[in-house]
Amino acid sequence: MKPIVRATTLGKQYTIGTREAAYDTLRESITQAVRAPIRRLRSGNGRRNTDTIWALKDANFDVQPGEVVGIIGSNGAGKSTLLKVLSRITEPTTGRVELYGRVASLLEVGTGFHPELTGRENIYLNGAILGMKKTEIDSKFDRIVDFSELERFLDTPVKRYSSGMYMRLAFAVASHLEPEILIVDEVLAVGDAQFQKKCLGKMSDVASEGRTVLFVSHNMIAIQSLCKRALWLDGGSIADDGSAGTVVRNYLSHSFGNQSSDEEIWPDIETAPGNHSVRLHRVQVRSLDEDSGQHLTTRTPFCIDVEYWNLQPGANINITLHLYTEQQAMAFTTGSGSGDPEWSMRSSPAGLFRSTCYVPGDLLNVGRHRFNVFVIKDLSSVLYQYESAVTFEIFDLDERVVSQYAREPGVVKPNLKWKTEQVGAL
Amino acid sequence: MGISSTNNETAPISTANPTQNRKLENPLDTVAGLPDEPLVVIEPNKGWSALDLRDLWAFRELLYFLTWRDVKVRYKQTELGVAWAIIQPLFTMLIFTLFFGRLAGVPSDNVPYPIFAFTGLLAWTFFSNAITNSGNSLVGSAHLITKVYFPRMIIPGAAVAAGLVDFAIAFVILVLLMIYYGVGITLNILMFPVMVLLTTLLALGTGMWLSALNVKYRDVRFALPFMVQLWMYLSPVIYPASFLPVKLRSLLLLNPMTGIIEGFRSALLGRPFNWIALAFSTVITLVLLIYASYSFRRMEKSFADIV
Repeated sequence: MKPIVRATTLGKQYTIGTREAAYDTLRESITQAVRAPIRRLRSGNGRRNTDTIWALKDANFDVQPGEVVGIIGSNGAGKSTLLKVLSRITEPTTGRVELYGRVASLLEVGTGFHPELTGRENIYLNGAILGMKKTEIDSKFDRIVDFSELERFLDTPVKRYSSGMYMRLAFAVASHLEPEILIVDEVLAVGDAQFQKKCLGKMSDVASEGRTVLFVSHNMIAIQSLCKRALWLDGGSIADDGSAGTVVRNYLSHSFGNQSSDEEIWPDIETAPGNHSVRLHRVQVRSLDEDSGQHLTTRTPFCIDVEYWNLQPGANINITLHLYTEQQAMAFTTGSGSGDPEWSMRSSPAGLFRSTCYVPGDLLNVGRHRFNVFVIKDLSSVLYQYESAVTFEIFDLDERVVSQYAREPGVVKPNLKWKTEQVGAL
Repeated sequence: MGISSTNNETAPISTANPTQNRKLENPLDTVAGLPDEPLVVIEPNKGWSALDLRDLWAFRELLYFLTWRDVKVRYKQTELGVAWAIIQPLFTMLIFTLFFGRLAGVPSDNVPYPIFAFTGLLAWTFFSNAITNSGNSLVGSAHLITKVYFPRMIIPGAAVAAGLVDFAIAFVILVLLMIYYGVGITLNILMFPVMVLLTTLLALGTGMWLSALNVKYRDVRFALPFMVQLWMYLSPVIYPASFLPVKLRSLLLLNPMTGIIEGFRSALLGRPFNWIALAFSTVITLVLLIYASYSFRRMEKSFADIV
C-alpha cells in the first residue's frame, strides 16, 4: 500500500562551536579570552573551529495511512530532531520526506498561549497557531470547552490559571486538531496522572479514527498500548523498526540489560561491607524465567541472592530484606527467619553462605525497586545492615488494551481471581 | 486507493474483550484516498528559494490572529490603555512645536507647525514602531518558531499590521487638529490610502529583513533604536525637505521615508505632490521588499536551529 509518509536517507547535521583549548588556569583563560577574538580577526575569514554532529542520520522509513508509530530512544537519540524535520520546523541536511496528507504537530501543549489573554482568546489563538481555521475553531469551541472543564474560567486571563488548568485548556485545543498526520512529542510527560490518562485516552481515540500518528514517548506502556509499530532511534540512526512489543523489548534490554546494577560483588573479604562477625560477598537479582531474558516483567518470578561470610563459628544467622519502591514506599519485608524454617534455628560454622529469596511473578508493580539487607543474629538482633546499590526495574510488557495505558497505582500488582454471580432477583 | 478494510489491525481498541484485539469495522473510513503527488516535500534547500505565496495565503488567518493578539496584549494592564497610541505622537508633537517650531523657528511650508509636525510624526511613529516591533518579533517568538510550523513571514508581518491600529487611533487626533486649525481636505486625500500602503510595505520590507538578521546577530536589537532615531533626523519629520539646501535635498531622496512623509503631508494638507520623491520611495520600497522577502526565505530555514 502507498505510504502517507515516506522518508528517505533523512539526516540532520548540527554545527557546534568548539573551544580552542581547555583552559587550565584563570590567568590562562583570561588571556585566551582576550587573544581569541584578535586571532580570529587576524585569520581573516573569521571562521571558528567548528564541529558537527549528526542528530539524525540516514533514516529511511515509510508510514502507512492509519498507522500509529511510536518513536523511542534515549535522550539525544534524535527523536525530537526527527519530529522537527517531519513537522517542517527545521530543514533536513540530507534526504527527503514526502507527506501525502495534512500534518499537524504537537511538540508542546499550549504553544503560543499568551498569559495576558483569557482562556477564550487563547483557544482561538492557539487553535490558529496549530493550523485550525477560525470557522473550524468556532464549530469546535463548545467541545473544546467541555473537554477542558473550564467553563467558569473562560474569561480569566490564563496567567491566573493553575498549571493544571493551563495544561487542560491547552490539551483541549490540541486534541481537537483533525489532521491526517499527527506528530506528537512527549506531551504526556507533563501533568498529573489524571491528566495523562485523559490525554492518552484522547490519543487512542485519534488513533482509532484512522489517523496517522507519530508519537514520541518515554512511557513504554503508552507506546505499547497505543502503537502497533515502533521506531527505535539510537545515536541518530534507526536501530530497530518493527512491532511495538519487540522493539520496546529490544530497546529495554539494550538500555538496561548491560548495566550491572543487578549485582554487587565483593571478592575481597577484608574490604567487603560488614563487621567482625559477618561480611557480605555478593548481592544479586536474577530472573527465574529463561524466556524473558535480562529484564523482569510484572509476571516474571525472580530471586534475590545474598551471599555472606560468617566469621563466627556456631552463630545463628538469618537474612531479612526490606524491599522499597521507587517512591521509597516499603513494598514488603521478608526473611529467612520465617521463610526457611529448616534453616532459621540452625547454627552454622564459619564459611560462605548464600540465602536466596524467591519472589513470585504477579506480585510487584511496575517500576524500579531497591532493597536493604539485614543480617540477623538469633532471630532477634541486627548484626549488620546494608543498603544495597542493586536496583531492578519491573517492566510492563504485557500486550495491553488501550483502556489501560498507564501504570496502575499501588505497590503490588497481584493477579487476583474474580467471580461475579447473581445472588438474588428484584 | 484501496485502504478500506485491509488495515484494521491498526487500532487495538476494545473495551469488551481486553485480551484480544477486536477488529474495528473500518478504522480508515475518515481517510479518503491519498493524493498521487505529495502535499509537501521536505528537502534540504540551499540558497534562494521561491516565495511560496500560496503557503502564505493558506495561513492568512494566522496573520489575523497574531495581529489581533499583539493589539489586544499591547495595552493590557496599562492604566491609560489605548490612549498611549495618542500620547506618543501628541506629546512628541508638542515638544517639537515648542523647540523646533517656536524656539528654533524651523519653517513648515506655510502650514501651522503643530499640524505639520503631527502629520510627519503620524507617518513616522507608525513606521518606526512597526520596524522596531517587527525587527524584534522573530526573536520574541522563539517559542513558536521552535515548536510549530507556519510561514515565518507572518511574525514580522503581524507586528507591522498591529502598528496600523495605533496609526488609525492617532489619525483621529490629526482629524481633530485639522478641524481646530481649519485645514480643509482636498482631492489629494485620495492618495492617502496609497501613502499608508507604501509606508506599510516599506515597514514590512525593513522589518522583515531586520528580524531575520536579528535571529543570527543579536546586535540588531541594540542597533535598532539608535538607527531609528538617526533615521528620523534624516527624514523630513521636524523640518520640510525644502528647508535643506538643494544639493542635500536630492541626497535626501535616497531615503524612502522622504517621499512618504512629504506625500502624507500632500495628501492630508492639500499641498502639491513631489512626484519625483514619491517615485524614488516607491521604487526603493518595492526593491527592498522583494529583496527582503527572498533573503528572509533564505534565512528562515535556520531560524529554528539558531534562534
